[in-house]
Amino acid sequence: MKDILAELEGRRETARLGGGQKRIDAQHARGKLTARERVELLLDEDSFEEFDMFISHRCTDFGMENNKPAGDGVITGWGTINGRQVYLFSQDFTVLGGSVSATHAMKICKIMDMAMQNGAPVIGLNDSGGARIQEGVDALAGYAEIFQRNVLASGVIPQISVIMGPCAGGAVYSPAMTDFIFMVKDSSYMFVTGPDVVKTVTNEQVTAEELGGASTHTRKSSVADGAFENDVEALAEVRRLVDFLPLNNREKPPVRPFFDDPARIENSLDTLVPENANTPYDMKELITKTADEGDFYEIQEEFAKNIITGFIRLEGQTVGVVANQPMVLAGCLDIDSSRKAARFVRFCDAFEIPILTFVDVPGFLPGTAQEYGGVIKHGAKLLFAYGEATVPKVTVITRKAYGGAYDVMASKHLRGDFNYAWPTAEIAVMGAKGATEIIHRADLHDPEKIAAHAKDYEDRFANPFVAAERGFIDEVIQPHSTRRRVARAFASLRNKKLQNPWKKHDNIPL
Amino acid sequence: MFDKILIANRGEIACRVIKTARKMGIKTVAIYSDADRQALHVQMADEAVHVGPPPANQSYIVIDNVMAAIRESGAQAVHPGYGFLSENSKFAEALAAEGVAFVGPPVGAIEKMGDKITSKKIAQEAGVSTVPGYMGLIADADEAVKISGEVGYPVMIKASAGGGGKGMRIAWSDEEAREGFQSSKNEAASSFGDDRIFIEKFVTQPRHIEIQVLCDAHGNGIYLGERECSIQRRNQKVVEEAPSPFLDEATRKAMGEQAVALAKAVGYASAGTVEFIVDGDKNFYFLEMNTRLQVEHPVTELITGVDLVEQMIRVAAGQPLTITQDDVKLTGWAIENRLYAEDPYRNFLPSIGRLTRYRPPAETAAYSPGVAPGAAGPVVVRNDTGVYEGGEISMYYDPMIAKLCTWAPTRDAAIEAMRVALDSFEVEGIGHNLPFLSAVMDHPKFISGDITTAFIAEEYPDGFDGATLPVSELRRIAAACAAMHRIAEIRRTQVSGRMDNHERRVGNHWVVSLGGQSFRTEVAADPEGATVTFTDDGAAMRVSSDWTPGDMIARIETDGAPLVLKTDKITQGFRIRSRGADLKVHVRRPRQAELAALMPEKLPPDTSKMLLCPMPGLVVKVDVAVGDEVHEGQALCTIEAMKMENILRAEKKAVVSKVNAGAGDSLAVDDVIMEFE
Repeated sequence: MKDILAELEGRRETARLGGGQKRIDAQHARGKLTARERVELLLDEDSFEEFDMFISHRCTDFGMENNKPAGDGVITGWGTINGRQVYLFSQDFTVLGGSVSATHAMKICKIMDMAMQNGAPVIGLNDSGGARIQEGVDALAGYAEIFQRNVLASGVIPQISVIMGPCAGGAVYSPAMTDFIFMVKDSSYMFVTGPDVVKTVTNEQVTAEELGGASTHTRKSSVADGAFENDVEALAEVRRLVDFLPLNNREKPPVRPFFDDPARIENSLDTLVPENANTPYDMKELITKTADEGDFYEIQEEFAKNIITGFIRLEGQTVGVVANQPMVLAGCLDIDSSRKAARFVRFCDAFEIPILTFVDVPGFLPGTAQEYGGVIKHGAKLLFAYGEATVPKVTVITRKAYGGAYDVMASKHLRGDFNYAWPTAEIAVMGAKGATEIIHRADLHDPEKIAAHAKDYEDRFANPFVAAERGFIDEVIQPHSTRRRVARAFASLRNKKLQNPWKKHDNIPL
Repeated sequence: MFDKILIANRGEIACRVIKTARKMGIKTVAIYSDADRQALHVQMADEAVHVGPPPANQSYIVIDNVMAAIRESGAQAVHPGYGFLSENSKFAEALAAEGVAFVGPPVGAIEKMGDKITSKKIAQEAGVSTVPGYMGLIADADEAVKISGEVGYPVMIKASAGGGGKGMRIAWSDEEAREGFQSSKNEAASSFGDDRIFIEKFVTQPRHIEIQVLCDAHGNGIYLGERECSIQRRNQKVVEEAPSPFLDEATRKAMGEQAVALAKAVGYASAGTVEFIVDGDKNFYFLEMNTRLQVEHPVTELITGVDLVEQMIRVAAGQPLTITQDDVKLTGWAIENRLYAEDPYRNFLPSIGRLTRYRPPAETAAYSPGVAPGAAGPVVVRNDTGVYEGGEISMYYDPMIAKLCTWAPTRDAAIEAMRVALDSFEVEGIGHNLPFLSAVMDHPKFISGDITTAFIAEEYPDGFDGATLPVSELRRIAAACAAMHRIAEIRRTQVSGRMDNHERRVGNHWVVSLGGQSFRTEVAADPEGATVTFTDDGAAMRVSSDWTPGDMIARIETDGAPLVLKTDKITQGFRIRSRGADLKVHVRRPRQAELAALMPEKLPPDTSKMLLCPMPGLVVKVDVAVGDEVHEGQALCTIEAMKMENILRAEKKAVVSKVNAGAGDSLAVDDVIMEFE
């Protein structure tokens, strides 16, 4: 009997060593942790329950039959993050480069199926050389099995990908279909085709970092939602994100004890909007002063900075925030910002996370680049996302809400539950000058008359009261009481029930 | 007494005057420029009158505009504060012409003391000690030696036209005087084309000590002790205290009596300040007289219990002084720290912008100017401020935004109270000198009182890049952070949706790393706080605090000693600001710490040597030219996009090597605007 117990321990010992000490040291030398160390950091201490530790591949080609490491390059299982259940897989680069075989994929599929069944998020820690070439189509089939599960799990359980090493070729498409992708700076990259192929095909000279590093994907491509300095920080921040997310789409977003008075008054917000309507201000100040404890988890911070997306808590409960940022491009909507916000709104709606929208939007960005790029359809994505969302929606207009962009930004007309405006709000088809030049085209030659007309238009529309008279604005509120008003609004919506008509699925303008 | 008084000033001093006027039952009128519509002094005053556009020379110091405001408001008296029109005799004359009282000295006194040469002459005649020297022209080296001997070594030999140290020599002997005269003369001739030379006493170990005087229009005059103002940066006072740690009673009396004699000699009637330079042997020499309320007057108020503003108003209303010299007792110690909107990490560059957070330490409720020392409690915290959270620091005015003062029975206690008050002072949104002030309060030379006007130049020759805390202080912060982190982690485990019976149990062992040090700790928490044991040496520290997650200020006691930390959340720990240091404090489980140690040390990224256009837009202006050295945060270029002006700033110190864009250029995203060396 003792021998059998000892054999188990021995096998475990071997499996835990993955690709062996030499490869572990090499992994460390690259500034990366091993798959197991990552799991340790991601989960609560001693909470990891492992599956399929002894699985090995079934490939017999190219001498693979002599190299059958236990676990087959990926560690899978479940554990807890602050006591809440999550499933995870962590690819082990020290074992056959973390390459994906049929069995490797099978392990991942197993925990994905369990996560779906049991209603808990899946977190993937990616560090893999790609498909195991020796297996040929078996490896590809494995990928596809994962892809299919990513698709079915989408909107059912949160899926988070952390790219902690290479992720290239077909491998990128699993993370691509998850809800969030985070990268580790300087040690991870993602691309469909690598620098060598790029050079052969297009003659472009580019490094892996330039082609698909964290900076590229957080700033240029928007493939990644965030990037962190190193493995330790990345995993700690993923834990922090999980604290914000519900475990599945049948659950309310999590609540935790809070130490911040929901009725806290912020007098400084009364002076947030500058006197000059063309002077920018930092919308993040409003977000952090509204949030519990000033805690804001920003998503896609480095991309399309003219709109801000991320999570806060109000009275301890998660709320998704979308806000125009007047500091960048005057906070206008364009292709990138519309796509960014639309995806965020749809995530919130899928997972019952209420949405708070702060509006200061002068309109859509004009120009050929925008029109040729299809701003019509991309802008429509955000409009569509807000319009279909059935979660509690509270909107505060701080300053400009012009034109079509006013409609888009969670207006009353898109089933906004509470639409508040600060006294500084201006809700109009466009700015006074532009409007005047159209309405009073005949007076264009007379600057004095135009100025007078502009003044008239301003007096009429550069305020929230016309909209309030029509009920498009529910209340005009004092900036300093924004936190209290917004918190009470969401409190009143806790039992909101709203359903869209039955459909197989919608046809959002992708 | 007046019914209504106009304060011809702004900022903290206007607020200060309003407070006393209100106490006296006098209505107040503020004046304001376009930039100050929302300013604190405007909010505090009973009335406010607009006097012009933002620049002071188009508003606050335009006599006609201020006179119009006086007429409009019907104020019977004007308090000028300091700066602006406070020492402008034309303004005083204009007021006199309209029968409006000036809360300040008579015109004649302003004029006489306003001129350097006249004032020195009057001082000499009044028996006030002045820097010995020879103002006439010196013919040759022999005469120079003779005069130097008369003045007494060391002497300074200076070129009349000199400046910037050129043509200046210090001589300690006849021989040096002879050489110095010749070389100074040669240098002056070649540098300035003017070889006139004069000689005066060289003051060694100079301190700036000034006497507060108070006179009425009935011939009474008293002095209210001195203020030590030696801690200055480029002639800008930073820290003041009263009394001076250097003066003895005899010197104080001698200086005080001379100051009063000078005031009487010019028929002074108001509060005024006679500035002296004092050498290492306690010889003092008259510098100049400031015929107004001095910025640092609160420290005098704190140790004398006299409300100087009230006295000024009473004197202006013709009342005789009710205080005699014998009534003036200096009790306890007061220190003033000036809070400047200047970034110490960027070479004290003025910083402007929105005060996103401004929470001064709590002022002692029982104290107001005029309350006797000790009557408001064992320690007094006073903060004279002209700004508020959400307000704007504009580029148009003085960067001083507050004067934080503490009073305590002893100098050490006053310094300690100041340290705690500085740590509790929250200012965000702009750069400010709070960390620097904290560092000065902990500087051994300041603590010993061994300071001269060269203190900052000598002790911070390369500027200031944050205080380095001693290990004892790091240990206190480490213990506090371990306890706080544990509280925050426990709260995280209380999130909804967790698995019953499988909750996370937060451990007691934490590794705290900060300031290049790492401490292993064990936290034993109880309802009153926690005992933190440093497991490497077994030392235990008691930490108690009412801190809860999210509090930006943590008020802690470690073994009974107060510790105030400004805290911000970072991954696995806190950013802590305390005692002039700005620290990243990581608190990790031992295993986390072990793995974190494997992470590579990353050099701060080279954010490239180009300024890229962040948005499509129009260049409004380029603020720098090729060859300019720019500081971090300096404005480089303004881009207009969507009708909004965006200022692009330097990310680091650099020299501009190429400018590719000019005003009017239309740029696309990522166009290179300029390049750096």
